[in-house]
Amino acid sequence: MKLPKKLQDKYESLNEKDRKKLLRNYEESLVAPGEAVGVVAGQSIGEPGTQMILRTHKFAGVTEIIISKGLPRLIEIFDARKTPSTPSMTIYLKKDVSSDEKKVRETATKILELKVKDVLEKLIVDLLNKTVKIYLDKTSLKKFMINTKKVSEMLKKSMKKEEITYEGNVINIKSKDANIKNLYKLRVKVKDVYTQGIPKIEQILPVKKGNEWIIKTFGSNLKEILKIPEVDTTRTFTNDLFEILNILGVEAARNAVINESLMTLKEQGLSVDVRHLMLVADIMTADGTLRGVNRYGVTKGKKSVLARASFEVALKHLFNAAVHREIDELKSIVENVMINQPAPVGTGMLKLVVKHDKK
Amino acid sequence: MEIISEKINKIEFKILGPKMIEKMSIVKITNPELYDADGFPIDNGLMDLRMGVIDPGMRCRTCGERVKECPGHFGYIKLARSVIHIKYVPWIYKMLRSTCNQCSRILTDPNKLMVYEEKLKIVKKEKGELEAWKVAAEIEKHIKNTKKCPYCGAKQEKITLNKPYFFYQEKTKLTPVDVRERLERVSDDDLKLLGFDPLAGRPEWMILTLMPVPPVTVRPSITLESGARSEDDLTHKLGDIIRANQRLFENLNAGAPEIIIEDLWDLLQYHVTTLFANNISQLPPARHRSGRPLKTLSERIKGKEGRFRKHLAGKRVDFSARTVISPDPYIAVDEVGVPKKMAMNLTVPERVTERNFKWLKKLIKNGSSKYPGANYVITIEGKRKRITDETKPVILEELRFGYVVERHLLDGDVTLFNRQPSLHRMSMMVHKVKILPGKTFRLNLCVCPPYNADFDGDEMNLHVPQTEEARAEAKMLVSVGNHLITPRYGLPIIGCISDHIAGAYMLTQKSNKLTRNEAMDLLAKSNITTSLSNKKEFTGKELFSSLLPKDFNFECRSGSCRKCNACKTINCEYDAYVNVKNGELKTGIIDKNSVGSGIGLMLHKLLNKYGSQKAVEFLNKATLLFINYLQANGITVMSSDSDLPEEAVKKIKKITSKAEKRIGELTIDYLNNKIEAYPGKTLRDTLEFKISATLNKARNKCSHIVEEMSKPSGTTMMAESGARGKLLNLSMISALVGQVSLRGSRIIKGYNRRTLPHFNKDDLGAGPHGFIRHGYKDGLTPHEFFFHAIAGRNSLMDTSMRTPKSGYLQRRLINALQDIKVCYDGTVRDSNNMIIQFKYGEDGVDVSKTRGGVVM
Repeated sequence: MKLPKKLQDKYESLNEKDRKKLLRNYEESLVAPGEAVGVVAGQSIGEPGTQMILRTHKFAGVTEIIISKGLPRLIEIFDARKTPSTPSMTIYLKKDVSSDEKKVRETATKILELKVKDVLEKLIVDLLNKTVKIYLDKTSLKKFMINTKKVSEMLKKSMKKEEITYEGNVINIKSKDANIKNLYKLRVKVKDVYTQGIPKIEQILPVKKGNEWIIKTFGSNLKEILKIPEVDTTRTFTNDLFEILNILGVEAARNAVINESLMTLKEQGLSVDVRHLMLVADIMTADGTLRGVNRYGVTKGKKSVLARASFEVALKHLFNAAVHREIDELKSIVENVMINQPAPVGTGMLKLVVKHDKK
Repeated sequence: MEIISEKINKIEFKILGPKMIEKMSIVKITNPELYDADGFPIDNGLMDLRMGVIDPGMRCRTCGERVKECPGHFGYIKLARSVIHIKYVPWIYKMLRSTCNQCSRILTDPNKLMVYEEKLKIVKKEKGELEAWKVAAEIEKHIKNTKKCPYCGAKQEKITLNKPYFFYQEKTKLTPVDVRERLERVSDDDLKLLGFDPLAGRPEWMILTLMPVPPVTVRPSITLESGARSEDDLTHKLGDIIRANQRLFENLNAGAPEIIIEDLWDLLQYHVTTLFANNISQLPPARHRSGRPLKTLSERIKGKEGRFRKHLAGKRVDFSARTVISPDPYIAVDEVGVPKKMAMNLTVPERVTERNFKWLKKLIKNGSSKYPGANYVITIEGKRKRITDETKPVILEELRFGYVVERHLLDGDVTLFNRQPSLHRMSMMVHKVKILPGKTFRLNLCVCPPYNADFDGDEMNLHVPQTEEARAEAKMLVSVGNHLITPRYGLPIIGCISDHIAGAYMLTQKSNKLTRNEAMDLLAKSNITTSLSNKKEFTGKELFSSLLPKDFNFECRSGSCRKCNACKTINCEYDAYVNVKNGELKTGIIDKNSVGSGIGLMLHKLLNKYGSQKAVEFLNKATLLFINYLQANGITVMSSDSDLPEEAVKKIKKITSKAEKRIGELTIDYLNNKIEAYPGKTLRDTLEFKISATLNKARNKCSHIVEEMSKPSGTTMMAESGARGKLLNLSMISALVGQVSLRGSRIIKGYNRRTLPHFNKDDLGAGPHGFIRHGYKDGLTPHEFFFHAIAGRNSLMDTSMRTPKSGYLQRRLINALQDIKVCYDGTVRDSNNMIIQFKYGEDGVDVSKTRGGVVM
């Protein structure tokens, strides 16, 4: 018998007698064929959901980025929403960087998406010269490691029509069709011009974890982050499942579903075995894409008309079935419950044919 | 045993065509009247006796069966003009748009069509029919902009749908007759490409020429107390259809003007539409005379109360009972106390054989009104006879082998016990019956956690399996012993709770000594048979050891473990190292970690080594021992338990005022721009974080002081042993409640620039933002009380919002995962035989057979 890897290691380290015992124990703890593991998984995840409710009395961690937690997050994961309500990344850094706090902070600043408004001292609309004057804040310029030249270059990139000059820490933007209305519009627009960093990364927070520093972010952009040389690409992850799916593939997405759901449950102090989460993740990714556990995802892919109809929007499924001449082969549970026949799971899975004379 | 020789193999869904309607019908309905003057159903009326029987005692005129046997028979109405079936409107629309106005060929040039045809074939072969229909949708997209028919060259005019069911070609209205004509012309080959299976029927069947009339058994009328008959909603609606149809017929025959005909046609269309669905947004719902909207066919099917979820996926059962539950520590874990009265109504069928003949005869003699009795006898021919004083002698006389006696429920019978919400498989387990006086179900306290039951008025259900197979399966698969361990995380969920743990903790205290008399008493009370040595004194540990098998070895840490860097094992000063050697508890206090529900490591080992029967036995005896000991000694929980020594009160005050002082400093720093913002955070947020951290730290410090300085009492004992409550709860009473949080932060909202009018504006201090300095015992100040109420109300709201959410999540999960099972080759597959996992959980291990998910 082949042991799983974890047990194999343990097996190697044991003496003859204990080895035999381990083998026997393993054999005895195998799942029985016919076991409805799906239902057990569903129950094991759904049941603690009712307990999550009572655990609201928890203080927000001091140095934490606020991310959605608990039941709403769990629902979000299993629904396979296109974007999470609070996208966030956990960035691990390469060994030579991660232990040095200063370097970590530097990298963090580099990652943070910086807009003009973040380095602004004041913004003045000069009606006389028909310009918008941007006074940059010197200390924040220094803090974010950027200079006036860079900012003005970025402004030039995003505003082709306007004439941009700079002097000291003041940038002048001269608009060609400069009436008051346009100038004020420009004033608003200037604030949100992207200058440096990685788009969508709105907040950064370097956190010490064990011996190394990691960066937690609010906002997620896996593709760009992985391009940064200091980042340890093997451990960095995001809570945006679809980003992982698109960039790293289905297997990674499957693992992301497992890790995210496990983390959410653990945070609430609820223990659920990984095997249950694995099964759900495997179902969600079974066809190569990420399908949600709802009527648009997993349930939609079911072959049986009656199984779909008994879940949600019964009529739609019935009429479509009629037009498509769908045939329900009555292979799964609900259908057999409906027609009062033994369902093919557990003890009902056996097919024992008894020959008997018809009268 | 009944042998199943016929089986439903598959169900095919098709469109019901007019020929089929005529074929399956028994009668043509023409008369809108239901009954004649004598109250007898009129022939060819909606209540025609040929369509089935609803009155008891009558026989069906078609099949000759009685009320329950006759399934009912369809009738039909011939419509004067065809009408559109509302539920097929999207399909009709699609078909009209995709085909030529003139020749009804599909509007794509033949070459492209060939390509699609090929693609469709390939997809069908590779991915199955479901996917193929998606390809069909692609073709439709392509057609949208075709202006000219590639076959006959006719110019195409745009077809529009004026909801709910009027079709227009540019500005001319297409009558259902026109639409039907067009659909008739579409060839079978084209249908396939439009996503319509020609084998399912013809598209023109989506426009009705005949109306099927459902059998009366589907729409039974109710006789009211006054004798008047009240008809079903469907009957009313069908009556409307017949009347509208008749009028249309007459007017057509009389050659009435077009406008009148059209109006009547529309009326007929409306009635037919509302028969199928009464919630079409563009139509006023058809109403009952009282103004209540009629419940029509689609409402009968859909939703939670619809046919699918209420009657097909869930069924009502006989041989079940429901009543209030109450606790009984003196019955076994795998037993359930059933009231005698209930047992006399719930029956178990018992086949008469040589071996039980005498016994069953005795039961029949007792009859239905004396307890161990029987209610019915079923003869070999299948005739059911009630046992009454009159029938008793006859039945006793004729009783033979092969008869079935439905006897009362007896001690030891197998029953399924269940409490809703049935969130996991432990919500329904097999218990053995124990007949008890009283009117409630009694259950052992150890099974409260799996059912999530308490006794504040909870009710539970009991089911009695009726066949030998059902009983065997129930006993082997669902018994309490098989569910000691939860498959959620692989540790015992059935174990000691509350009082058991308190008792265990006190009994196994190091210093605890019992005299021989006390020990004997305790053991006798707890049904424990063991041989005591000649000693005069016994420790609690020795008494506990008498429950353990002689070859049992076990070790673990108890809850009072301080997690020292180097464990002193047997020399632990807190007696936290539980060590069992050869069935003797050497050291350690027995508490939640070893026997409690949810952890129960010792229970787990016992179960693993000696099997479920022994484990249940251990649990039965151990709980009795613990409870009896607790009963003999008792614990006291009193108000003064939460009193702190003067010194502690001073310390706590010092800590809180220090924290408040620190906050003051932080605020000043903030106002002077002296604190450094955390990266990516505003200064204000940073301050907020710092304040929260300071207060949290202070609160924890106070908790420690309470832990160290409150004198040992019943209350602290409960918290320490894990029986009930946490130290946090105690410190909230005696020391301080701490920060009230609302949505993860301190309380900020309220009045203009302050939370309550008690405070100065813009005060950033602790108190004005929901820090409660007092404990519950001291009492809260008015504003503290108010903040507390805010948090309380918020959590209350949270609960009520999230309960349905989590319920829905579970329903979805179960629905998506229900047909996934492990196959004989070890793979995990769904009902289509698609492999989901090659090995369950990557190692093929059942969680409920592990210890916390790890193979032992």
